[in-house]
Amino acid sequence: MSQRVEQPGRPIPTADTRSYHLIVKTTIVALIVMATNSFGNYALKLGLSGGAGVSSWAPMPYIRALFHPWVIVGVLLMLGWFLSRLVLLSWADLSYVLPVTAFSYVLSAALGITLLDESVSQVHWAGICLITVGVALTIFTRPGTTPPTGSEVP
Amino acid sequence: MRWLLVALVVIPGTIGDVLNSAGMKRQGELDEWSLRALGRFGWDILHNWYILVGLPAMALSFFALMALLSTTTISFAVPATASSFILETAMAKYWLKEKVDWHRWAGSILVAIGIVLLAL
Repeated sequence: MSQRVEQPGRPIPTADTRSYHLIVKTTIVALIVMATNSFGNYALKLGLSGGAGVSSWAPMPYIRALFHPWVIVGVLLMLGWFLSRLVLLSWADLSYVLPVTAFSYVLSAALGITLLDESVSQVHWAGICLITVGVALTIFTRPGTTPPTGSEVP
Repeated sequence: MRWLLVALVVIPGTIGDVLNSAGMKRQGELDEWSLRALGRFGWDILHNWYILVGLPAMALSFFALMALLSTTTISFAVPATASSFILETAMAKYWLKEKVDWHRWAGSILVAIGIVLLAL
């Protein structure tokens, strides 16, 4: 899947266009990862605090919790998160994906401030600033630093 | 019990993430977005042993997180599990052989500290 076959009549992509396409697709998929994670966690929290809570080691409460409507929505969104993250990991390093997609924490906080009118303390603002700086430091590194075929992966 | 749940979130989650990353690096980059290419990509995932082993580990971490969120507050659960960022970055460097320069180390550490502060 990683070996692209050049077709007659199609222009051969230059290093600049490949780099541009890499940035665009990394940004789009990372945004999908962040959105599904933020809304998935929100839906799960709604479901678990709305009567589907589990607090023992018995398996039945966990299975019952899976049929709560908000938990179903949350699980579907988390499935989308999992699949979109796998797609992103197909060309980007784990050490790149982890900090960059952590921007979802900032998005969740922004949603809380704007939609739910939540108050944000100075400590929270400090956290938002640190995450943003951490993401900014990582996002300007090259997404992939290992060979795409994974020949060096154990 | 809550620290056992934290361990069950962090350790299987880290193992699952590293296996998923190793599996996707072996599978290769998704560079076409047609339905046929996406279908083949999904089919390859279903036959990727790294993903198939990583998925139960991720599921265990997910259910442990559900239990942790049900029994404790977010202000405990989120900071306690933020350590996985540092652990996974170390695994990415030493096991997956990624080139983790100071930008990425600083990024992971700042994000982990930021998550702890957000949950306070």
